[in-house]
Amino acid sequence: MTQTPPVTPPKREITTKPRFSDKVFRGVVTGGGLSSLIILGLILGFLLYEGYGTFKSQGFHFITSSNWNAVVDANGLFNAKASTFGIAAMLIGTLVVAVIAVIVGVPISVGAALYLTFYAPQFIRKFMVTAIDLMAAFPSVLFGLWGFFVLESSGEYWAKLLNKYLGWIPIFKLPTPYVQHSPFIAGLVLAIMIIPIVTSVSREVFSQTPLDRIQAAYALGATRWAMIRAVAFPYARSGIVGGVMLGLGRAMGETVAVYTVLNIVYQVNWHILFSAGGNIASMILLKFGEASPQEIKALMAAGLVLFLMTLLVNSAANYIVNRSKSGR
Amino acid sequence: METNTQPNTLSSIASKREVKTAGTQAMGVGLEARGIHAWFGQKHALANVSMDFWPGTVTALIGPSGCGKSTFLRTLNRMHEFIPGAAMAGEVLLNGEDIYAPGTDVTKIRLKVGMVFQKPNPFPSMTIAENVLAGLKLAQLKTANKDELLEECLERAGLWSEVKDRLNTHGGALSGGQQQRLCIARALAVRPQVLLMDEPCSALDPGSTLKIEETISHLSSSVTIVIVTHNMQQAARVSDYTAFFLSDGGPGQMIEAGSTNEIFARPKDQRTENYVTGRFG
Repeated sequence: MTQTPPVTPPKREITTKPRFSDKVFRGVVTGGGLSSLIILGLILGFLLYEGYGTFKSQGFHFITSSNWNAVVDANGLFNAKASTFGIAAMLIGTLVVAVIAVIVGVPISVGAALYLTFYAPQFIRKFMVTAIDLMAAFPSVLFGLWGFFVLESSGEYWAKLLNKYLGWIPIFKLPTPYVQHSPFIAGLVLAIMIIPIVTSVSREVFSQTPLDRIQAAYALGATRWAMIRAVAFPYARSGIVGGVMLGLGRAMGETVAVYTVLNIVYQVNWHILFSAGGNIASMILLKFGEASPQEIKALMAAGLVLFLMTLLVNSAANYIVNRSKSGR
Repeated sequence: METNTQPNTLSSIASKREVKTAGTQAMGVGLEARGIHAWFGQKHALANVSMDFWPGTVTALIGPSGCGKSTFLRTLNRMHEFIPGAAMAGEVLLNGEDIYAPGTDVTKIRLKVGMVFQKPNPFPSMTIAENVLAGLKLAQLKTANKDELLEECLERAGLWSEVKDRLNTHGGALSGGQQQRLCIARALAVRPQVLLMDEPCSALDPGSTLKIEETISHLSSSVTIVIVTHNMQQAARVSDYTAFFLSDGGPGQMIEAGSTNEIFARPKDQRTENYVTGRFG
């Protein structure tokens, strides 16, 4: 006797008939979603197209050398062969000032966010949240001017102090005693600029810490600090990393404030207290006004490098955030 | 009336219990509430509640929603004050000392008066073992033998045999009932004198509820237990003493307290009788 095996029916396709209004709305939001992607693609395409020539003529030297020399011959024509474009100094400068900003700004921001979420009385919290939001919307040129006129003088004192006591660490060495307009000062200005965004994001994630976990910690005899360490930090960690990356992105792309504060010099400088540095964005601003059409193409190439660097940082951030979800 | 001719099932459940008499155990003075009032902002939520919780007994707090029984429970280990705008009056004496006295270290109070919440809330970033021992870390307590304490607490919470092979996996993978027993084990690890339970079974299925009730019975010889419950059968099954709370639109009040047997079989107050016989609420 043969047994018929039980028949598994084919999977059905599950569909629904959307209403007209829903189709229209779907179209509108899809358009909105795609437009940002399209704009991003167009900018990338434009930078690639404009910068391609420079990449081709300079090759790898574009990011490893620090010469920026647009040669014009006797007839006033651009000499592509003799010209050299390299952004190594600016590339490293971008990282240096951004990292200083993050190292100084993030602890302050996370501390402020913890204070606002778990310690501050209601009225102080409301007032400070408004103040910090206002700070986030502050034009960067004002930060730059303040840094130039106010922070510079006290920053000079701190720089000398750092050099005096920590000068044995290579990055705090001074080749010559010029400490004004240094990456250190620029990093401090950027730190102040990223504090609002990092504080705001961190406060948001801290405030979403599930109440039942907070209460569980307190009911076990936890002090506030122990509760924050055991419950709030594991929960908020990935969100804070996201906020820090937003801040880092802003610090890497900042133009006017760095342009105002920093003494832009074409040499790779790891001595953060020394008066020389720069970043890609401020370099583009510096050169743009008087650049020949060919030099502008080199600036576009520099812009593309900045673009890719930011992309890299954001991807790294996403990776970290996705990996450390265990606290949720 | 019909209810009088029929045997009262709740009272028959309650009468089956072996009643522990107050003060038979040498476990200190215990916990006393004296004239407790509680407010949330302008709302007077609880008025003038005085109760004694005898060592080694289980006391159930029953009453309809909004009668202030959970609020009362939370004044007993100072969890009440976490709610913005919360205020209280009266005294809570733990071993004769007022836990609201100025200069009291509140974290020490909560170590002696532990709490289990309505919704199981293990720490998701920690393993089962880390969860049980979390209190030691949070309160910076030292213990000679962590493994021994871990096993003892899980054993007392009735969870050891189910998790002993996966102590280093995350607590979130357990069922709701297991998570709640994990929370009980976690509360026991700091060796509390009193354990407050705020509707510990309301998010659980009947099988898990039964397990928790067994756990409560085992624990009651060593820990004073105060349990808030909406389930009157549970109150009848697990408690030695029962207090009935009610709000008549104003602040919640304690209407009547006594041995569980009395409250379910011969309530003195008409309102208590109406509630325990299911005529309202």
